[in-house]
Amino acid sequence: MARFSFSRWLGILIKEFIQLRRDRLTFGMIVGIPIIQLMLFGFAINSDPKHLPTAVVMADPGPFSRAWVAAMRNSDYFTIVGSVDERQATALLDRSEVQFVVTFPPGFNRDLVRGKPPTLLVEADATDPMATGGAISVLNKLGAEVFAADLPGLQPPASPLVDLRIHRRYNPEGVTAYNIVPGLMGVILTMTMVLMTGLAMTRERERGTFENLLATPATPLEVMTGKIVPYILIGLIQVTLILLAARWIFDVPMHGNLLLLYGVVLVFICANLTLGITFSSIARNQLQAMQMTFFFFLPSMLLSGFMFPFRGMPDWAQTIGNVLPLTHFLILVRGILLKGNDMNMLWAQIWPILAFMVGVLTIGLKTFRRTLD
Amino acid sequence: MNELVIDVAGLNKHFGDKHVVRDLGLQVRKGEIYGFLGPNGSGKTTSIRMLCGLLTPDSGSGTCLGLDVLKDSAAIKRQVGYMTQKFSLWDDLSIVENLDFVARMFGMADRRAAVDRAIDELGLGGRRKQLAGTLSGGWKQRLALASCLLHRPRLLLLDEPTAGVDPKARRDFWEEIHRLSAAGITILVSTHYMDEAERCHRLAYIAYGNLLASGTADEVVANCRLNTWEIAGDGIHGLAERLRQLPGVDLVASFGTTLHVSGTDGPRLAASLQTLLKETGLAATPVAPSLEDAFIHLMQHTADPLGN
Repeated sequence: MARFSFSRWLGILIKEFIQLRRDRLTFGMIVGIPIIQLMLFGFAINSDPKHLPTAVVMADPGPFSRAWVAAMRNSDYFTIVGSVDERQATALLDRSEVQFVVTFPPGFNRDLVRGKPPTLLVEADATDPMATGGAISVLNKLGAEVFAADLPGLQPPASPLVDLRIHRRYNPEGVTAYNIVPGLMGVILTMTMVLMTGLAMTRERERGTFENLLATPATPLEVMTGKIVPYILIGLIQVTLILLAARWIFDVPMHGNLLLLYGVVLVFICANLTLGITFSSIARNQLQAMQMTFFFFLPSMLLSGFMFPFRGMPDWAQTIGNVLPLTHFLILVRGILLKGNDMNMLWAQIWPILAFMVGVLTIGLKTFRRTLD
Repeated sequence: MNELVIDVAGLNKHFGDKHVVRDLGLQVRKGEIYGFLGPNGSGKTTSIRMLCGLLTPDSGSGTCLGLDVLKDSAAIKRQVGYMTQKFSLWDDLSIVENLDFVARMFGMADRRAAVDRAIDELGLGGRRKQLAGTLSGGWKQRLALASCLLHRPRLLLLDEPTAGVDPKARRDFWEEIHRLSAAGITILVSTHYMDEAERCHRLAYIAYGNLLASGTADEVVANCRLNTWEIAGDGIHGLAERLRQLPGVDLVASFGTTLHVSGTDGPRLAASLQTLLKETGLAATPVAPSLEDAFIHLMQHTADPLGN
């Protein structure tokens, strides 16, 4: 074997550094990835979310029910969004606009004074069991603390002050798979759709076949849409596989309309493909397209509510998360499968995906080089 | 047959601050084979891309097939066959799939028949399902030519079509080009090879974005006003360096057993040679300068603005 030559080794080292420095995007990743990761993991992600939106159904206004609501607010775990009737409350939960509905039944104040523990109904959106855990455990402790201050004459009773009934809606057993499996559908689609289309056009450019394509009368719209459609089919196959696994392996309930689900999936696939095609008309080679995909995929995973509760994030992270199609898709899929949402309830999550698609498509068509310059 | 198929003037193209093509003017007549010559990086490919609508010129004007090169690039593309320098068909498609795809892109009505005819003409009937990527260089080139002829273009733009192809395949290729030209198709072909340049009806020489000479091969040579002498004999080895130092010598080219010495100042060149020949006892005969002499002369007299 030849002797290890230090100067040869140094030569390779130097060449590697020069090439790294020339490749702007790789250099950007080296610096950008740790910063993004630090910001996301350090500041944005919180597995014990607070300030969860809560609606109150108040059938018995009185000093004690008001004190209870105030105590909930003071615990920092709940943000009271308003007082509603029962029907509105259910709708709010279905649309994922609130995390909790707290119902004070008639006679709440009276029963409390009489020392007969009144029922307090708490309905939690348990599609993501992780999001509600902390808040529920706080609720349990709330009674003793608050009422000791307001009812000073009262001896701490042996039994609890209120009869706290917690309904974990949509996922009573708190099965994590119910949340993860539908979510995975979105993650897998994001990854494969953006990456595959991202590579599709850069491959043409890298191999020089793009020039041939441009020399034909084909228009940008024909090329872009023609390249997108095969991947739509691939995406639909992936979704079908995941749904079959969800149904037969993980026993995920499917309350909603499957046709509606496929419609929503189609919109989501299109949004991701549009992004992929746009990446590929910006990227100069396949490596760059992969790097761009990764840049997009990372926040999609972390800020969409897939890995960590969306409502646990600070406002700035939620704002970024709201731009990402995956955030809305997760609400849609969980809404259809677990809550049985219909079209009217879904629109609020569909238009942001469409807006994303239109925005990206505009950039894509502008950067698509009709000519080579 | 003096109808101009390409008639452009003052075409300019910049990439960043690089002026790649400078005031290019070209007139190509219908049915002629027009050779486009110049050193590497001289702007040949850029010029061809501007003519077929792949690049938009920064300034300039003119027509290609009677259509405006600035405004009608879509219409021009339909009638032009462009063969790229690098093989640009799809390696992972078979021969027939490649041709079928191109035919579809041009929206041909009789697609199947056209593809079958092209495969028959290529003589690739037995290998129609072979992947294009597995073909040898010569076959790739023939396939590329067939694909850009598929939609029956009136103008062919060939960018160094014979680079990396063996001499036999090259000769066959040029036979084909002449057949096409006889059938009325106009052909603009860029090349580095002198023998290919001599097979063209007319030539243009471009260097560093400037058009330096154009006309028939004889006109290009005559316009250089070169006087060339051929020195033959056993003692020519090592003589070239000495010759270059002599007054009046602009150019020395070695051809194995002979040397070509050229200069624009005839009497001065002759005088210089006389003294040298007396010293060495070699013989020199005046010859007609070749196209290669003319081109090397042109190349030497244009400095590369980007270096040396």
